[in-house]
Amino acid sequence: MSTPPSDVRPVIIIGSGPAGLTAAIYTARASLSPLVIEGEPSSTSDQPGGQLMLTTEVENFPGFPEGIMGPELMTNFRAQAERFGAEFITEKVTRVDFSERPFRVWVRDDEYRAESVIVSTGARSLMLGLEAEQRLIGHGLSTCATCDGFFFRGHEIAVVGGGDSAIEEATFLTKFADKVTIVHRRDEFRASKIMQQRAFDNPKIEILWNHTVTEINGADKVESIEVTDTTSGATSTLAVTGVFIAIGHRPNTDLFTGVLDMDETGYLETVPGSSLTNIEGVFACGDVQDHTYRQAITAAGSGCMAAIDAERWLESQHG
Amino acid sequence: MATINLTTNTFDETIGGSALPIVVDFWAEWCGPCKQIAPILDQIAEEHSGQITIAKLNVDEHPDIAMRYQVMSIPTMLLFSGGDVRRRIVGAKSKSALLQEFDEFLSSSH
Repeated sequence: MSTPPSDVRPVIIIGSGPAGLTAAIYTARASLSPLVIEGEPSSTSDQPGGQLMLTTEVENFPGFPEGIMGPELMTNFRAQAERFGAEFITEKVTRVDFSERPFRVWVRDDEYRAESVIVSTGARSLMLGLEAEQRLIGHGLSTCATCDGFFFRGHEIAVVGGGDSAIEEATFLTKFADKVTIVHRRDEFRASKIMQQRAFDNPKIEILWNHTVTEINGADKVESIEVTDTTSGATSTLAVTGVFIAIGHRPNTDLFTGVLDMDETGYLETVPGSSLTNIEGVFACGDVQDHTYRQAITAAGSGCMAAIDAERWLESQHG
Repeated sequence: MATINLTTNTFDETIGGSALPIVVDFWAEWCGPCKQIAPILDQIAEEHSGQITIAKLNVDEHPDIAMRYQVMSIPTMLLFSGGDVRRRIVGAKSKSALLQEFDEFLSSSH
């Protein structure tokens, strides 16, 4: 049923979050037989389905007045793409070569060739960059509240960050923890007003404004964190046994270094108002090229744009 | 052979009495990555039936066992052989990565 690797497909889609899967739906319906290289299972956002696989309720994706669970939404996206004939490989792309056409994409030793490629590899959680993180991840340090929150029943924990993700995680964690301290480096959140109000109203949430985390202490599990006041420079210790990092994301563009144009923070550059990259026939959509909006719905919208851009370009190539 | 479900009551007996290496998958209903690996573990259980046993433990229902083994993040898979934990795998992984972890313990009898 699947096309042997030596054949050239009309389109390969790398990544399977809302952008990639919307591109899959549209290219499949355009009879372009897309192959989606969707990623490998993992406990980070780098997995089939993308960042929404790590959330619980998604309340702001239009069409769901009662909200929908992130993983369920992505299951639906994928099923829709499959319905129209999109093919999936549950692997991670290890290497690409866009220097000539047909383009080539590898999963270890397996080579796949395509006339066009849609890049939708999304973004992953930023970490603080502390050495202790390597040691303590999974031992009290986490980037996934839904995965690990359960184990902090009765604990006092910290969430680092000031956006919607940080507040969502903090709110979710109050179901388990006795106290959640949100540590944010500025004096106001960048989260939506409705989320901010939820944090303020929650009796289990305390906010430590104007502080950054400078160290995470503990030999084999988190015992406390050092925080620094950004206004005065004063340091203090917060006795928490769990730390959840929610400070933002960085785009997954390591595969494309030196291949596709990107800005200083690693986001792929596209021609404004389109998904066109600096290489003709390669299109980018979703968080991998968006550091302004970064919503599931904007990712889905840009996935559709990439599919239409790819379809029109392919048509122009065939005369 | 399909995966087996463990409870607080059956845990010790099953681990102690298992002739084959046994992988215990700690999971919960609300854990997305746990659901991702569930079908992978089912496949491994079938394909390597007679070489390894895959068991599942719901941490919501049996938190005491999770605490006993200091499970702080799920999915966590503990591979037991001879009653002892011989490998700890934290976080969802691909089928090939999991098989690599289990490889040296796969019983030679098939």
